[in-house]
Amino acid sequence: MRKITWALVATVVTLVLTAGFAQSSTKEEVQKRGVLNCGVSTGLPGFSIADAKGVWAGIDVDGCKAVAAATLGDATKIKYVPLNAKERFTALQSGEIDLLVRGTTWTLTRDSSLGLNFAGVNYYDGQGFMVSKKLGVKSALELDGAAVCIQSGTTSEMNLADYFKEKKMTYKAVVFDTHDATAAAFDKGRCDVLTSDQSQLYGLRTHLSKPEDAIVLPEVISKEPLGPVVRQGDDAWLNIVKWTFNAMIEAEELGLTSANADDMKANSKSPAVRRILGLEGIGGKGLGLKDDWSYQVIKQVGNYGEVFKRNVGADSPLKIERGLNALWSKGGIMYAPPLR
Amino acid sequence: MSNTSKKQRWWNNAQYRSLFFQVLLVAMVAGFFWFIGSNTLHNLEKRGIATGFGFLSQKSGFGILQSLIPFSEADSFGRVFLVGLVNTLLVSVLGVIFATIIGFTMGVARLSNNWLIAKIATVYVETFRNIPLLLQIFFWYFAVLRTLPGPKQSWAAGEIAFLNIRGLYLPQPIFGDGFGYVTLAFVLAIIVTFIINRWANKRQQDTGQQFNIWGVAFGLIIIVPALVFFAVGAPLTWDMPALRGFNFQGGMTIIPELTALLTALSIYTATFIAEAVRSGILAVNSGQTEAASALGLHRSKVLKLVVIPQALRVIIPQLTSQYLNLVKNSSLATAIGYPDLVAVFAGTTLNQTGQAIEIIAMTMGVYLFISLTISAFMNWYNNKTMMVER
Repeated sequence: MRKITWALVATVVTLVLTAGFAQSSTKEEVQKRGVLNCGVSTGLPGFSIADAKGVWAGIDVDGCKAVAAATLGDATKIKYVPLNAKERFTALQSGEIDLLVRGTTWTLTRDSSLGLNFAGVNYYDGQGFMVSKKLGVKSALELDGAAVCIQSGTTSEMNLADYFKEKKMTYKAVVFDTHDATAAAFDKGRCDVLTSDQSQLYGLRTHLSKPEDAIVLPEVISKEPLGPVVRQGDDAWLNIVKWTFNAMIEAEELGLTSANADDMKANSKSPAVRRILGLEGIGGKGLGLKDDWSYQVIKQVGNYGEVFKRNVGADSPLKIERGLNALWSKGGIMYAPPLR
Repeated sequence: MSNTSKKQRWWNNAQYRSLFFQVLLVAMVAGFFWFIGSNTLHNLEKRGIATGFGFLSQKSGFGILQSLIPFSEADSFGRVFLVGLVNTLLVSVLGVIFATIIGFTMGVARLSNNWLIAKIATVYVETFRNIPLLLQIFFWYFAVLRTLPGPKQSWAAGEIAFLNIRGLYLPQPIFGDGFGYVTLAFVLAIIVTFIINRWANKRQQDTGQQFNIWGVAFGLIIIVPALVFFAVGAPLTWDMPALRGFNFQGGMTIIPELTALLTALSIYTATFIAEAVRSGILAVNSGQTEAASALGLHRSKVLKLVVIPQALRVIIPQLTSQYLNLVKNSSLATAIGYPDLVAVFAGTTLNQTGQAIEIIAMTMGVYLFISLTISAFMNWYNNKTMMVER
């Protein structure tokens, strides 16, 4: 009798324990739900920002759209979850979001100790400084003793400390929660310098009361590869996100755009183009998606070049040069492994 | 009777039974927490999220705006925890002091016979009590303090103090050798004054003779330390703030984040304290005041000896709640960038290390500990002022 009781207890405990651990695959969950929960910033021009009507746009938002197009076949089926820098990893770890595309720098600590995986790089950035023209500062080396506004929970905080220490300069860090609060404090003169990734500085400058009074200093003090992040331990989902971004870069290489995708699908003889459109080759079998997954990404969102130009490049108020973010064949470092 | 009890099985004994169920309950509760704990740990490990408190000794690598203890980027996350804790305690202690002063003043003012004073106090209480605290913090920080001028256009008081949008810059005292004797003399003077005061009170109760303590107290507390100060050769110099480069360097800085948070917390909490004080005073039967006046006591003596001791019994329990609220509300600091425990530890450190469970547990533990300490102290004080029934 006693033995049976103990066996029963042991079984129940084991069941309860394992039930808690069983994780269903993110892909299936997203497809069942019919909506992708995507973590973005609380508002950063060019990267992820909602307009007056609540429509989200930006290079990071397009990343969310591309994954939704690949997984669900519809780039509009997304629930955007605005997160500040401090909340973002917890939101992903806890399963509140399926994917984080929020200007997140890929670092060893984050990749290895937070239970997260980086799926690639959608923007190569570097940390810079913005100052008021009135100060007459031409170089970051003249910033000794400055008060620096900065967003909390970012790699910028650490880089700043390293840079000033290395150059034997002192500073006062004034730390805020969101991009908006940081920029507003800089605007009002609470600090001399605003530091963040350079792309963000250009974006935030458009929000100042007098954008033309601020300049971005030439120094870039760090490497900031920004990319999409997923939970560790779900390799199928990691593959989907990784190859969605690769497909957008490959499409740019092949000259495939949202405008000519249908035409190419009907007429192109190029094997590489036919492969990316799902007409030949492995298609979506390896990823567990429909064969036209990458066609949907290109048709509904566009290739990487289009996304860049529309959000942060020539067609946007930010007017950022392609620089490092140009294709490898055009002097940049954007390079996708072959889709075959 | 004894016969039946011998036959009774032990599990039918009420005492054993209740003990058994107690043990069972404790075991179930312990088992529940063990399950939660082990499940969490297992899941964290399975998802590859780091656990444990090892991160506390890692190098922090970021700067903090205000620190009362020495801190640099090279210090550990454990040190960050201490810096945040001290900053939280600073704003809490100052907040409690200011809120108490404003609250008592306004509470008494509301009962004033002067129509204007009473109405001003009423308007103050009703305004600040009914606006959310976060909005008030924003008001002081973004609307009031942001209108201050830049460093080069600072408002200056002589060449000593400077006020600008970066904060209030004051000279910092630097204590030389021998200043310890001055401090020692000061502390001794306070203790001696205290003893004389007790003696004077006792003598008055025994003989009715009064002793004016004020002259003696002034002599002891001010003049004696001053004499010692000059005797050891005035070991005090001042570090003056001066505009160098972008900002004022040297001296002490009171950052605007602290000012805004402290102002908002004090003014908001003081409204509740004012109401507690008012209710406490009104709770004292007017017959008491009249009886005291009939005995020929001066109005100030009536207040000191009759009204306040009785009012305190009503006020203190409410005061305790307000102090606790103030400490907990101080965590709103993070909204305006004041580097308190929540901002630097549960904020930046959490994000750099990703160890949410440990950090949030430590932070909650700290607030719980501070609150329980205040609560214990106030309960002790409450017991002391309680009515002694004879």
